[in-house]
Amino acid sequence: MKLNLALAQISTKLGDVEANLEKHLHYIEEAKKQKADLLVFPELSLTGYVLQDLVASVAHKPIEDDAVFKPLLKASHDLDLVIGFVDEDSRHRFYIASAYLSGGKVLHVHHKVYLPTYGLFDEGRFFAWGDSIRSFDTRFGRAGMLICEDFWHASPPYLLWLDGADLMLFSSASPGRGLNDREKLESARWVERVSKAYASMFTSFVAHCNRVGFEDGLLFWGGATVNDPNGELVAQGPYFEEALTVAELDLNQLRRTRARLPLLRDERTALVQKELNRILSRG
Amino acid sequence: MVDLTINTDVAREILTSFIRSEVTRVGYSRAVINLSGGLDSALSCVLVVEALGAENVLALRLPYRTSSPDSLEHAQLLIDQLRIPSETIDITPMAEPLIQRDPNISNVRKGNILARMRMIVLYDKSEVFKGLPIGTSNKTEILLGYSTLWGDMASAINPIGDLYKTQVRQLSRALGVPAPILEKPPSADLWQGQTDEGELGFTYDQVDKLLYLLVDQRYSPQECIEEGFDEKFVHAVIGRVRRNQFKRMMPPIAKLSNRTIGYDFLYLRDWGT
Repeated sequence: MKLNLALAQISTKLGDVEANLEKHLHYIEEAKKQKADLLVFPELSLTGYVLQDLVASVAHKPIEDDAVFKPLLKASHDLDLVIGFVDEDSRHRFYIASAYLSGGKVLHVHHKVYLPTYGLFDEGRFFAWGDSIRSFDTRFGRAGMLICEDFWHASPPYLLWLDGADLMLFSSASPGRGLNDREKLESARWVERVSKAYASMFTSFVAHCNRVGFEDGLLFWGGATVNDPNGELVAQGPYFEEALTVAELDLNQLRRTRARLPLLRDERTALVQKELNRILSRG
Repeated sequence: MVDLTINTDVAREILTSFIRSEVTRVGYSRAVINLSGGLDSALSCVLVVEALGAENVLALRLPYRTSSPDSLEHAQLLIDQLRIPSETIDITPMAEPLIQRDPNISNVRKGNILARMRMIVLYDKSEVFKGLPIGTSNKTEILLGYSTLWGDMASAINPIGDLYKTQVRQLSRALGVPAPILEKPPSADLWQGQTDEGELGFTYDQVDKLLYLLVDQRYSPQECIEEGFDEKFVHAVIGRVRRNQFKRMMPPIAKLSNRTIGYDFLYLRDWGT
């Protein structure tokens, strides 16, 4: 089975959801032209990233009645979509969220579980922490979504893997930092390294879509990637500029890789659980 | 071994796109810059020209009567090389009435007056040329506070503020800044014979390495001393960085209400753009 996966590394207008929605619809049309089955947008793609006091004013609910999600849900009849947005729950807690839309329905919403609140980041000040990590079924098999800092920690991809995800969809708004004498920024090298490592260790497809553009002095570096279950880079978007990167994934590669390298079969989850229980129950 | 070498291609790409993005998103397409004849403004100018195009950058030469003729000449070298519009405005008649009011005026006061006079001209020309004023302060001088508040520190955007002076030199060399500018000793040229390194009491090479360890690599003072830096030098630099924190901030506002600018009224400058 083939999956035409598209990654839209877009720039956004900070706090201008209408303008960002327009851009989404534009890229959806472009992806359709290129016969994409699934199109992934970056973290907070509808809103921009350093929202601070804008959070409450840009929140939307992923429902048919919502003016922003209505056209996106409609578009999801043609191709599946991963949308980055601010989700507001019924008790007015705000989350950094990704929604997976397909066939006019919301298949899954992930709330970011790790909110970086250190260095240049201040997410914990403005957002509520997500508290679940779940895989979900799609028409291409079981998938999982994580947002930026979620996959800087090893446990969320691991949990998705055990929960059945063969396709990991990572989205980011990762500011470039760490310029030295090398050709790539430290932040880009780090994310590329771990994306490749997860694909290799979990013998899964790992796609990463990072935004571009500036917010004040922060430059988001783009560089979308797709790695296959062998940990091989299948496609890569450019750095620093908007682009639509389309990769044809041969989903049968999962079977071939896992026949050769049965890491999933041999994963000793009961042992992990036993040792975790022991470690976490220490006083 | 502290290595401050940067990849100049990456720096160039990031800084020119920063300028393009931050100038155009606020509705401008042009920029204005004060060319002192020194390295920082030369590099900033090269970057701005690359980002916006030569015809969209106005370079200002703003000499005072005691300014070194080299400063003017070196600024002109760059203007000729980049083929950009320029103006030369003598600030002596503007600054002199204030300076002359006190026969005992210190060099520091005089220097501050000249820096602020140049800021006034820069912002005035910004309005005439419809160009954003470009900052030219590097990371070394911002950290050390070796600058005039509301003078040379005043700008709309500052492309080189995260580059240490030695990195400014490296990038300038890569981007073709004329040799006489690259080779001369750095000077604010606020009075005759002034040099940065003479006034600061240490070289940029030394202090950049120390600042890189302290700031970028989060070394403790003791760890810097163990790396071979002189103890007095380490503490003098840390003291300077701390004393000058006020220059790096907007003036604090006393909190009275539930929502106060600077504390809990938080938006980026790029809000809505």
